[in-house]
Amino acid sequence: MTEPSAINYLTYPRGLRSWLLTLDHKRIGVMYLASVALALVLGLIFALLMRTELIAPGRTIMGEDTYNRVFTVHGAVMIFLVVIPAIPAVLGNFCLPLMLGAKDVAFPRLNLASLYLWWIGALFFLVTLAFGGLDTGWTFYTPYSTTTNTNVLAAVTGVFILGFSSIFTALNFIVSIHTLRPPGMTWRRLPLFLWGLYATGLIQVLATPVLGVTLLLLGVERILGLGIFDSALGGDPVLFQHFFWFYAHPAVYIVILPGMGIISEVIPVFSRKPIFGYRFIAYSSVAIALIGFLVWGHHMFVAGQSVLASTIFSALTFAVAIPSAVKVFNWLATMYKGSIELAAPMVYALIFLFLFGIGGLTGLFLGTLSVNVPLHNTHFVVAHFHYVIVGGAVMAMLAGLHYWWPKMFGRMYNQTWARLSALLIFVAFNMTFFPLFIMGGRGLVRRYYDYSVFLESNPEFTFYNQLASVWGYLLVTGFVSMALCLISSLWSGRPAPDNPWGAPGLEWKSSSPPPPENPPPPAQVGDPYDFTEALLPSGT
Amino acid sequence: MNHTDNHPANSDHGHDPFLAHHFSSHRQQYEAGKLGMWIFLLTEILLFGGLFCAYAVFRANRPEVFLWAHRFLDKPLGALNTAVLITSSLTMALAVRSAQLDRPRRSAFFLVLTLLCATAFLGVKYVEYKHKWEDGLLWVRQFRPVESAAVSHDAEAADQQPRHAGIFFSIYFAMTGLHAVHVLAGMAAVGWVLVRTLRGHFNSQYFGPVDYVGLYWHLVDLIWIYLFPLFYLIH
Amino acid sequence: MGFSSTTILVAVALLAGADLQRDSFWLPPPASSTAPLVDNAFLLLLGVSAFFFALIVVLGLWFVVRYRRRAGLGPAQSPSHNTALELLWTAIPLGIVALLFYEGFVGYMELRTPPKQAYEIEVVARKWSWLFSYPNGHKDENLHVPVDRPVRLVMRSEDVIHGLFIPAMRVQMDIVPGRYTRTWFRALKPGEYNLVCSQYCGTKHFDMRALVIVHPPGEFENWLADAARAAESLSPVDRGRELYRINGCWSCHSIDGTAGTGPTFKGIYGHEVQFQDGTSAVVDENYIRESILDPQAKVVRGYQPVMNTYRGVLTDEEISALIAFIKSLQ
Repeated sequence: MTEPSAINYLTYPRGLRSWLLTLDHKRIGVMYLASVALALVLGLIFALLMRTELIAPGRTIMGEDTYNRVFTVHGAVMIFLVVIPAIPAVLGNFCLPLMLGAKDVAFPRLNLASLYLWWIGALFFLVTLAFGGLDTGWTFYTPYSTTTNTNVLAAVTGVFILGFSSIFTALNFIVSIHTLRPPGMTWRRLPLFLWGLYATGLIQVLATPVLGVTLLLLGVERILGLGIFDSALGGDPVLFQHFFWFYAHPAVYIVILPGMGIISEVIPVFSRKPIFGYRFIAYSSVAIALIGFLVWGHHMFVAGQSVLASTIFSALTFAVAIPSAVKVFNWLATMYKGSIELAAPMVYALIFLFLFGIGGLTGLFLGTLSVNVPLHNTHFVVAHFHYVIVGGAVMAMLAGLHYWWPKMFGRMYNQTWARLSALLIFVAFNMTFFPLFIMGGRGLVRRYYDYSVFLESNPEFTFYNQLASVWGYLLVTGFVSMALCLISSLWSGRPAPDNPWGAPGLEWKSSSPPPPENPPPPAQVGDPYDFTEALLPSGT
Repeated sequence: MNHTDNHPANSDHGHDPFLAHHFSSHRQQYEAGKLGMWIFLLTEILLFGGLFCAYAVFRANRPEVFLWAHRFLDKPLGALNTAVLITSSLTMALAVRSAQLDRPRRSAFFLVLTLLCATAFLGVKYVEYKHKWEDGLLWVRQFRPVESAAVSHDAEAADQQPRHAGIFFSIYFAMTGLHAVHVLAGMAAVGWVLVRTLRGHFNSQYFGPVDYVGLYWHLVDLIWIYLFPLFYLIH
Repeated sequence: MGFSSTTILVAVALLAGADLQRDSFWLPPPASSTAPLVDNAFLLLLGVSAFFFALIVVLGLWFVVRYRRRAGLGPAQSPSHNTALELLWTAIPLGIVALLFYEGFVGYMELRTPPKQAYEIEVVARKWSWLFSYPNGHKDENLHVPVDRPVRLVMRSEDVIHGLFIPAMRVQMDIVPGRYTRTWFRALKPGEYNLVCSQYCGTKHFDMRALVIVHPPGEFENWLADAARAAESLSPVDRGRELYRINGCWSCHSIDGTAGTGPTFKGIYGHEVQFQDGTSAVVDENYIRESILDPQAKVVRGYQPVMNTYRGVLTDEEISALIAFIKSLQ
C-alpha cells in the first residue's frame, strides 16, 4: 500500500492564493466543507445555549430577549448556512464532475463565485451577531419583523446573498448534467446522487428567487415603509407568509433530496447489489421537487387561510408524501438478498431510515387538517423537523462524508471509532428530540423562553426538558467524536486505495485523492449499478 | 475565456484561448452557456413573479385604489419608454446577428445603439420619478399627494382618494425600481460585451457571450412590456 | 417472515393507538365537543405510523442480520425491479393517506364551522396580554364561558400576529392585525384550562397567558352580571387596579417593586426618573398620562421603547382611574 500520491488536487498547486483563486471543483468542495463545518459549530453552540436555558423553568443562564435572539440565529444559521448548502456544495461539488467523467462543472468561475457569496453571506450573519443578533424567528413573520428594533436588515441581506450562492450552484449542476455527460451515460444511466442533485437544482432555481424578492421587500419595508406587508398601511401580513413559505417549503426538499440521493448510492454498494427500482427512485426525486411547490399552505392552516385553500394544500401534502415513502420501500428491497456490510456509511444509512421514517410519518400528523390545529407551533413541529432535517439530511450527509472521505482525502478512518460515534449520535438524537413530540402533543408551545405557564397542568415538562437538555449535550459529544475520528484520519489513517468499497461509480476510477486534473471517462459508460465487475474492497 | 490552471505546467493544450479547458468543443461550450443563461432568466422570472403576484393580490382586493392612482402616471412617457426598449431589443438582436456573421464593427455599432436606448429609458424614468417626488406620490409611508399633482389626460379629478391609496405607488416603485436596477445591470453587461467586441474576441465560431447578454436584454424588455399596461393602462 | 412478525406489528399498532377510553398519553384530556374528532384522527395516525415504522425497523434489522456479508460469497440473484410490487406499494399508501386526509378534513370542517346559535365573545390580543369583551360590555382578562354551549370568539390584534391556543379544547387560530379571525368551541365540563399565545410575538410571548374558566350550568350568567356590576361601583383606585389587570399593564409593570420590561409602579409617583436623553423629571399625573398615550415620548433610561400606545383604547376617565391606582402604590 503506497502513500497517497504526492501530486494530488490537495497538494498541487501550492499556496494560499492557489486555493482562494482555484477553479477546481474538488478544492471548492473542500473549502465548502470547512466553511459549513464552522457554521455548524456556531449553530450547535446556539443549540446548547438554548437547551441549557431550558433545562430548568424560569431563568437559567439568560433573559428572555437573549433567548429569543438565540433561537432565531440558531435556526437561521442552521438553515441558510448549513443544511441548505451542505450536501450540494460539499459532496455535490466534489463528486459531480467525477461521476460524469468530466474535467469540471460547466461554469467553474461561477462555482468559485458561489463560494465567495457564501462567505459574504456568512459575514453578514456575523455582523448581525456582532450587533446583537435578531429576534424574529428564522421565519421573519411580519409585522413583527418590520417593527422590531433588532438587526433584521443585516440578516436578510445575508440570506439574500446566500440565496444567490445557492442559485448559482444549482444552475451549474443542472447545466453540467445536461451537457457534460460522457458517451453512454443516458439519463437512465445517471447515478442516483446526480438525479438527486438535479431535482434539487430545479427547486433551488425556481424557489430561491421568490425568497429573494420577499426579503428584498421586507428590507425595503423596514427602511422606507413600503407598506406591502403592514396592515396599518394597507398591506397584508399573511401575504408575507404565502411568499415566504412558497420558498421555504420547497427549501426543505432542497435539504432532503440530495440526502436521499446519497442513500441511493450507499445502500447498493454496501449490499453489493443494484438499487431496486432505479426508474422510480429517479423520477420520484423530480416528482417530489415539483409537487413540493404546491404544498406551502400547510404551514398556514391556522393562519386565517380559507378552508378551501387549506383543504387543497392538505390533499397535495399527502400526495408529496407518497414518493418519499416508496423510496424507503425501494431502499429496503435493495437490501433484500444482498450481501450487507455494516461499514460506517451503511450504519449512517440505516440510522437515516429509522430517523427519517419517524420524521416523515410525523409529517403526516401535521398534514392532517384537524390534527394540525392543536399541534401547530408546538414542540411537536420542532421535533418533526429535527427528525427530518437532522435525522434525515444530516445523517445522509454523514453517510456520504464517510463514504467519499477516502476518495477526497486519501485516508481510511477508524471504522470502530466511526461506528461508535454513529451509535452515540443515534441514541442521543432520539433521547433529545423524542420528548419534544410528547410535550408538543400536550400543548408545549415553541419559541417559549420559559415553560412555567404549563407546569401546573403538566409538571412532567420539567423532567422531559431536562432529559432533552442532558442528551442534547451527549448528541453534540457524538458529533465531536465523529468529527475527530474523520479529522484524525488525515494524518494517522491508513492510505486509501482507489476503490476501498468496491463501488462501480466513475468517481472511484481515479486515485484517492484524485489528481488535480480529473481522469477522462471510459470510452463507453455502462450501468452505474453494475456490480458484476466491481472488485471486492482491497485489503478485506 | 481562460482555462483552469490546476494542472502541471507541461501539459499540452494548443487549443484556443476562448474554449474553456473542461469543454470538448465550442459547440458544447455554447450549448452549456445558452442553457445556463436560460436558467438564469428563469430565476429572474420567478423574482419578478413574486411582485406580479403581489400586484395581482392588491389589485383584486383594492381595485378602486388602482383605478384612482394610476391616473397620476404619465401615459405618453410610459409609451415612449416602451418604444425605446423595444427598439433596444431590436438593436441588440442585430448586434448578436452581426457577431455571428463575423462583423465586429457592425456588432459594436448596434451595441452602442442599445446602450443609448437604455440610457434614454433611464432618463425618462428619472423624469417620471422626479415628478412623483415633487407631487408627493410616493410609497405608502411617504404618500402625501400635492393638490396640483399632475393627472393624466383622461382624468376624473373629482374622485375621492381611496384609503391607503399609496399602496399603488408602493408596488409601482418596487416593480419599476427593481426593473430599473436590472436595466442598469444589463447596461453593464452590454458594455462589457462591447469592450470584448472591440478587442476582437468574437467571431462566427465564438459569439456566445453576445448571445447570452442579448437573451438577458430581451427579458428585461419583456418585463417592461408587462409592466407598462399593468400600471399605465388600467381601465 | 411470517405470522409471528405480523402479529407483533399489528399488536404494536393497536397498543400505540389504544388509549381510547382513558386520558391519552399524547394529548391533554379532551375538554371540548370537537376534541374527540381531532383525537380519533390522531390515534388513527398513530396506529398507521406505528405499523409502518415497525415494518421498516423489523425488515431493516432482519435483512441486516439475515443477509450480512459472508466472506467469499456475493449476493444471491434477485430482480432489480418489479413493477407490480412497486405499483402495489404505491397504491396502498395512497389509499391510506386518502383515508387520513378525509378524517382530517371532516374534523377540520367542524373546527372551522361555528354553530349558528353560538355565544359570541370578542378577543383582543396585544403584546403581551389578552382582553375578552362580553356582550354586556364587561371586559375581563380571562375567558369565562358557560359549559356545554358553543362559544364563538371574534379576534383582533392591536399590534403583531398572535395565536390563541387552548390545548385542552384543541382550539388554535392566529390573530392577525388588520382583520378579524374567528374560532369556536363548546366546553364539555366545568374547570380551568390554559389559554396561551402560540404565534411568536416578542419578549414575553411565553408569558402571554389567560385562563379559560368554564362555569357549571346556570352560573355563567350570574358571574357575568356580578362582574359587570362590580366594575361600575368601584372606587377610582379599585377601578384603576382592575384596568391595570385587564389591559395587561401587569405583563411589564409590577406593583411590588420587581423590575420588569417596564419600570415598577410601586413608589413611582412623586419619584424623580432619568430619561433616555439625559433629562429627568418628577413622575406626576401629566407624565403618567403622556406615557399612556405617547409611550415613546419620554422613556425611562435603562428600558426599551417597546410599549404600545393606549390612545383610543382607554378613555380619559379610565386614565384618571389608573393614575389614582398608581398613586396609591407607595
